[in-house]
Amino acid sequence: MSVALENKTDQIAALDDSLESQMTISMGPQHPSTHGVLRLELILDGELVIKTTPDIGYLHTGMEKLFEYKKYQQGIVITDRMDYLNPLGNNLAYVMAAEKLLEIEIPERAQVIRVLMCRFRIASHMVWLGTHALDIGAMSVFFFCFRQREKILNLIEAASGGRMTPSYFRIGGLMMDLPAGFDRRVKQFLHDFPAAMAQFEVLVTGNTIFQSRTKEVGYIGKEEAINWGLTGPCLRGSGVELDLRIHNPYTGYEKYDFDIPVETSCDVWARFKVRMRELYESEKIVKQALERLKPGPTKADAPKVVLPDRDDMRKHMDSLIHHFLIVAEGFNVPEGEVYHAIEASKGELGVYMKSNGGPKPERVHFRGPSFVNLSALPDMVEGELIADVVAVIGSLDIVLGEIDR
Amino acid sequence: MSNTNDLQEFVEKLKAHNADWVSEVVDALGEITIIVPAESVVDICAFLKAEHGFDMLADLCGCDRGPEEDPRFEVNYHLFSTTHYKRLRLKVLLTEDNPNVKTVTGLWKTANWHERETYDLLGIIFDEHPDLRRILLPSDFDGHALRKDYPLRGYEPYSLT
Repeated sequence: MSVALENKTDQIAALDDSLESQMTISMGPQHPSTHGVLRLELILDGELVIKTTPDIGYLHTGMEKLFEYKKYQQGIVITDRMDYLNPLGNNLAYVMAAEKLLEIEIPERAQVIRVLMCRFRIASHMVWLGTHALDIGAMSVFFFCFRQREKILNLIEAASGGRMTPSYFRIGGLMMDLPAGFDRRVKQFLHDFPAAMAQFEVLVTGNTIFQSRTKEVGYIGKEEAINWGLTGPCLRGSGVELDLRIHNPYTGYEKYDFDIPVETSCDVWARFKVRMRELYESEKIVKQALERLKPGPTKADAPKVVLPDRDDMRKHMDSLIHHFLIVAEGFNVPEGEVYHAIEASKGELGVYMKSNGGPKPERVHFRGPSFVNLSALPDMVEGELIADVVAVIGSLDIVLGEIDR
Repeated sequence: MSNTNDLQEFVEKLKAHNADWVSEVVDALGEITIIVPAESVVDICAFLKAEHGFDMLADLCGCDRGPEEDPRFEVNYHLFSTTHYKRLRLKVLLTEDNPNVKTVTGLWKTANWHERETYDLLGIIFDEHPDLRRILLPSDFDGHALRKDYPLRGYEPYSLT
């Protein structure tokens, strides 16, 4: 930490501290309101934040290095651990980048299931809402949110076998088809969801304490937001209408009918409103995806890339050979590089993937939305009160697993 | 694969403005990569930002091609526009002896952390960067972990003491 400390001393010396009223405190890495292991170096004058420096890297596990040593299909498992609240979004970004390199077309049913499963980022928004309210002092919302999240995790578990680490999307399709009766369970969830949302609207949106804690706090203007590279709800809360599902459509999002919620007040309240409205949009998309769910194959017709069905392996020699080769040696991906971006629950999740032709990637880089959104934090909190810092962090909806990678 | 004719337009405009700016154009997989000289990348970004609406730097990442390659490093700038929603990739090639490129933090503040990350993991120096220090790894870490000649498990177990 020597370099950081040197800089800090210079910075403090440069500030006008003639009355010696300034104080440097370290918020985190164990502070619960930092949503993980984020450390903020705050320089305060009384309760006023003069300067803040985020310090990240406590969760760094060298995932990008690990990708280079793993075969393409093994990398999917690593992506689960990045944004652990929205693992299916990470899976999707990764497999779509690989599919783009391989130039594989995905069957219709697999695409619809991908959309349907990705909409279960409602679970991610539930954690955001619960912790955001908890940070601001509304304890009970957390329990209601986690009750809803539990229902979604049960759905994900039914489909993939994993709750937080599903690895459900595979290069060329899905791990397996949805289980029997899955649509009935989703319908049950959709049936219960409006009542839960009404509860949240009363508990949080209509709460005057919550409103006064969030309105006109953490301001970031339209130009600044674009300059800082903010994406997702944070950008839409600053009045920019940008949603990659509509403007750079993928997995057939162009066929769905939904709106982009945009708020223009540029504060914590705006970002809160955007996310709340997004929950209704997600519900709309899940309904449409259920209607589009028609029987059909869930894996692309690419025997050298996609693992064959268990049944085929018992009957066909070549399926068995392909299975052995894919598992033992991997598949070769043609040379090239792609950048594929999807709209994850927190913003633009981009994957830069470069291949040299072998079974392992040359370079995989994840552009995590949390990483970029957090970098704008100093701009939002400087000049605010220290109590507002937790409100602003909550409104950014960061996940440290994705920031540190 | 999707059509890249609309993206070629930007390449033509770049060439028309200054022919030295475009060293090579790769059109593959529906994406356009423009390889640009390292010394003029800031001017090119400023031109694309001001004239052609590429107002967002979606991503900036480095890549190590391996110690035997020359030039060894590449830096990718993924530009995005919030008005016409197109993407463009600029690529700068850097040698091992001189892994320096000028920072684009003056154009996009978001480049600050991206460049710090690239410096941290690959050892690429961004000249005139306001705060170029390690971001993910500890400040006393030895070496640059994403380089190909850096072993997967490191040289020795890292301890905080």
